Parts: sequence; structure tokens; C-alpha cells
Amino acid sequence: MKLERPKLTLAERLYLPAILSGLALTFSHIFRKKVTLQYPEEKPEIPPGYRGQPVLVKDEEGRVKCVACQLCEFVCPPRAITIKPMEYPENAKYGKVEKIPAEFDIDMLRCIYCGYCEEVCPEQAIFLRGPYSVTGLSRKAMVFNKEKLLELGGTLPDPIKKWQKK
Amino acid sequence: MEAILIHLIKIACVLGVVLFICAYIVLVERRVCAFIQDRLGPNRVGIPLWIRKDGSAITLGGKWALGQPLVDACKSLLKEDFVPAHVNKLYFWLAPMLAMSPALIVFAVIPFGSKLFGESMILADVNVGILFVFAIASFTVYGIMLAGWSSNSKYPFLGGIRSSAQLISYEICLGLSVIPLFMQVESLKLSEVVTWQSNHLWLICYPWNWLPALIFLASSFAETNRLPFDLPEAEQELAGGYNVEYSSMKFAMFFMAEYTSMIAASALMVTLFLGGWSLPFVPATGGVLVGLAHICIFLAKLFALLFFFIWVRWTLPRFRYDQLMGLGWKVFLPLALLNVLIVAGVIILGWVK
Amino acid sequence: MHDQLFWFFSIAMLLSGLLVILGRNPVTSAMFLVLSLFFMAGLFVLLEAYFLAIIQILVYAGAVIVLFLFVIMLLDLKTENVRQFKRFGVFGALVVAGALAWKLTSVVSAVLAAAAKPVVGTTEAMGKLLFTQYLLPFEVTSVLLLIAMVGVVVLSRKETK
Ligand code: SF4
Ligand code: SF4
Repeated sequence: MKLERPKLTLAERLYLPAILSGLALTFSHIFRKKVTLQYPEEKPEIPPGYRGQPVLVKDEEGRVKCVACQLCEFVCPPRAITIKPMEYPENAKYGKVEKIPAEFDIDMLRCIYCGYCEEVCPEQAIFLRGPYSVTGLSRKAMVFNKEKLLELGGTLPDPIKKWQKK
Repeated sequence: MEAILIHLIKIACVLGVVLFICAYIVLVERRVCAFIQDRLGPNRVGIPLWIRKDGSAITLGGKWALGQPLVDACKSLLKEDFVPAHVNKLYFWLAPMLAMSPALIVFAVIPFGSKLFGESMILADVNVGILFVFAIASFTVYGIMLAGWSSNSKYPFLGGIRSSAQLISYEICLGLSVIPLFMQVESLKLSEVVTWQSNHLWLICYPWNWLPALIFLASSFAETNRLPFDLPEAEQELAGGYNVEYSSMKFAMFFMAEYTSMIAASALMVTLFLGGWSLPFVPATGGVLVGLAHICIFLAKLFALLFFFIWVRWTLPRFRYDQLMGLGWKVFLPLALLNVLIVAGVIILGWVK
Repeated sequence: MHDQLFWFFSIAMLLSGLLVILGRNPVTSAMFLVLSLFFMAGLFVLLEAYFLAIIQILVYAGAVIVLFLFVIMLLDLKTENVRQFKRFGVFGALVVAGALAWKLTSVVSAVLAAAAKPVVGTTEAMGKLLFTQYLLPFEVTSVLLLIAMVGVVVLSRKETK
């Protein structure tokens, strides 16, 4: 196929009008509103469903949803998760759950944010949620323990309450 | 003895001011480019004044990132100065110096003010001033070329070869475009060019000087490797061009060379076309105040042009290599030659004066 | 001061000129050529021929040697390892050098005679001389250059039918 090249007028071939209009455009941009977010002071708005770091959640009753089945510990590719399970006292309120984690650590230096833990969890207790800024001043501070993970996770209502129907 | 001392002081002042502008023009470029792209650009680092006991610091002008050049300089000084094993060591070291020094030497003949305390504000008023500028400026190409060759690898070599061809071509246009000016002024001395303009109008005010001004401007973009003629660096095609193998301070030297030659080109443009230190309604001679005012006028014009350089860089895309050569040899060169004839005609008709 | 500078420039020029032909790396040779041109420009400055000095640097150091470098780099000349002397080459060189020296003495004697009257090396004086006394040689040179240019264009043109 042969393309017809458009015939340029003299003004177009001189480039100068085009250059001048380009200069005018860029100059007008100097005074536009800027889109930059001043990060540590201004935080971006995180949309729901954002996949940040893995956190633990509680249900609306305030119960830790994790039952310490340790599936996530097994599936985690970089072995970031370490769980120490503990037996639930039988006569306690949530005695039917039987097991809860005594300790639940995620080494955030190892986590690769793959989301396998979320996928494998039978109790929907671990989620990749909002928190995105993972910082710390030492290796130790980067190992997030149970309390910290729960605090970051907040609550996620659980309408089914599978553990009650046993 | 005293004369030498005064000269040394003048040289120190000019060098200091030029390097100062060089440091801050990088910041200005980053800010302006950010503004043009609807961003904010660097706005954090201030000049540290006092460090408190707890390690925090009181800084000046952090909102304007006044400390940024300082930080940048420290960064490039402290980075690892890596010299690849395959380079030709001698020329690898020589090239950054050769790139940097011509641009600085050019300032020797540029009149940046009229008179202050009876001293003329020019380092050396040689009677072949403009030729001196071109002679010295033509040495920049050695820096780039040797950098490309001594790096001993492909991208830098291509960048070096391309840029030397570009620089030589546009030097001719640059030289030819200013000939009409000196036909009008009847002197090659840069100080006399400015004096002439303060007695008459600025040279840019005459319509027959518009074309040479345009050619000069475009050619000086090409000579300083600025967009739209930054083919020697051409990040996308050459991964950075002649300076790929350079790191640390040696790279910073190339970086500074670009900005220094940009300042030199602007200063030259101001001197040749925009009346140097002269301004209508400001007396050409006078006391200390007038002398200072002249320096300020020169600097103001310089900054305006520097802004223009930056503004153009963030507006126009890069030329293709054959278009660049075509523009230089097939458009600018004949036009510049034609213009010599036109101005000769104008002078014969007696329109100048 | 003047004399010392003269000796400095001349010796430095000759030394770097020597290094041009002794250097084994073509790029080094070219760079020494630049250096020797620089010192020659210094000699011109001592003679107060500023225009010539600047033109020397502008044209030779700034453009011609760059083209030399260009060719050296594009042909990828390597550092030579063994020096070879051909008997015929040495003989030819001696003949040329002798002829040059002979010509040079006649030029120098003519210059010494002319040096009595002061010449001003400014741009203006140069221009006047070129367009009056030396008009014919000047024009002939330019025609010569034009011929060379046309020749190059013809040679480098693509064959078109
Ligand atoms: S996101 Fe992946 S790496 Fe991180 S804790 Fe979960 S399974 Fe492990
Ligand atoms: S978070 Fe889920 S997968 Fe991991 S131990 Fe708890 S219940 Fe099991």
C-alpha cells in the first residue's frame, strides 16, 4: 500500500508556529494545580480491597478469627509466618474453637506479599489489607507479632460463625 | 602587583558566580520541569544552619530546596568512582576535564558589566573576542569524543561519534550567523559590541537580525547538547551516550559541563543580541550604583535566557539524527550565508546608524 | 619575559611535534598535534598576530584534528606494535625534508627582510591584505577548496540511473 503523505503548508514546514504553541502550552502548565502528594504529611486515600500487607482480623464479637491451623505457615513461600498454637480452655466462651494462636509472627522482611496465606486460610482470618507502609528501624522491629497484626487488621464481620455449628 | 591582585579577585568572582549559577540552575531546571509536568519537584532540603542536640537541624529555605545542590554535590563526590577495566585510563580521566574547562574559559571575554570602581567588568578584552569564544568552545568536542572513545564500548562510542559530527556542523552555523553582527558593529571586541548596542538599539531590534538570532539560538542549543538536539546523550537510544561508563564526580563533571556551557551560550547570546549590560533609560556611564545596576541587568537577561533554555527542553522532543544534520547543513547554513548578503546590502543602503 | 616565552613555546611545540610521530597510539599522536598547534598559536600571540593565533586554534585544533580523530576512531586503528622502516620510505622522507628545509631558508630570509617594518596582526589589517595585495592567491585557494568540495560530493553520491 502506498500512503499519501499530507502536503505541509509553509507554516507547518517552518515548525516555528508549532514550536511556539508548544511553548505556550508548557508555560501555561507552570501555573496549573499540581498533582503531587506531599507523602509523609499527606496520605493517599486507600480504596477498599487494597492489597497491602498481611494482617489478622477479628470478627464483630472481637474474637480472633484465626484457629491456629498453621496452613498459612506451611504455604508461605518465604516462610515468613511462625505460629505457636495454644489450646482454648474448654469452658471458655469460645471453647468450641479449641485452638487459638499463642503467638503469631510475620517477618515483614521476608514476606513477599504473595497473598497465599489469605487464599489458604479456612477461617478467613488473615487478609492482605490497607496498611502499606511497612517500616522499622531494626530487624526485630520488622517482625510483627500477634497484637500488632490484630491492631493493623481491625474487625471483619463474620456472618456465618462456622465454629458455633459443631 | 596590584593589577595582578585585582585581576585575580575578578577571576575568582567570575568563577565563583558561574559555578554558583551552575549549581543552582540544576535545581531551577528540576523545579521548572516539575512545574511544567504539574509536579512540585524537590522541595525538602534546606541549607543546614544549626544542628540541635537531638540530631534534628534548623534549615533555611527548605521549601525551596535551597540545600539540594549541596546534597547533590556531596552525593556525587561520595559515590564510588568506578573505572571499568576496559577503558583507556589516561583519556578516560582527561575527557571530563576537557569537557568542563572550555565552557569556563569562555567567560574570560564576556563583558558582564560596564565599569565598577574604574575597573572594566570583563576579564580580558581581547580584540578578537568572538573568535576566541568559538576557538575555545570548539574544544568541548574533544571531551565528548575522547570520553566516547576511551570508554571502549559501543554506546559511548556511537554517542561520541554522533556528537562530534553534530558539534562541528553547528559550529559552522554558529560562526556564520554572527558575521552580520560584526559587519554592523565593525569590531570583533565583545565590549565594543555592547557599547555599540548601548549607543544604538539592541541588535535584536533590527528586523534583519532576527534570522541570525534564531540560527544562533538553535545552534547554541545544538552546541550545548540541549534538547531538542541532545543526540549525544539520547537516553532512549544510546543508554546515555558518551557518559555511560562514567560514575561519581567524573559523571558530575560532564553534567556540570552541560550547564556551564549553557550559561556560556546564554551569556554570549545576551552580549551579542540582547544588548549585554545595557538597558534603555539606564545611563551607560556613572558611579558605583550604575555599575552595579549594569551587572544586575546582565544577570537578569542571563537568567531569562537560561529559563528559556530549560523551558524549551521540556517542550520539544528530540530531532532524528538525519533531520538534525539536514537542518544544520541544508537550512541553517544557506540561510546564514544569505543573511550575510542581506546585511551587507542593508549596510550599503545606510539603514544602520 | 618575551624571550623566555618564545623559547618555551618553540621548544614545547617541537617536542610535542616530535611526540606526534613517535607516539604509537594514533589518538595520542593526534592529541599531541593539537598541543603543538596550541604552542604555535602561542608564538603567533607573541608576534601580536592575534587573529592568526585564534584562527590557528579554531580551524586546525577545533575542526581539522577533530576530523582526524573521527577517521582514526572510525577506522579503529590499533596501537602499532612493531615499527617498520622501509629503505625507500626513509629515502623519500629525507628528500622531502631536505626540500622543505631548503625552501624554508629562502622564506625565512625573505621574512627577516620584511620584519623590519612593523605589521599589525589585527583582523582589519589581515582583511585589507587579503583583499588587496593577496587577492589572487586568496581567490585561487578558495577555488581549489571548491574543487575539492565538488569532488567529494561527486564521489560520495549514490549511483542513480
Ligand atoms: S503474603 Fe505470602 S509471603 Fe506474606 S505472609 Fe502471606 S503467604 Fe507469606
Ligand atoms: S491465619 Fe488462617 S491459615 Fe493461618 S493459622 Fe490462622 S486459621 Fe490457619
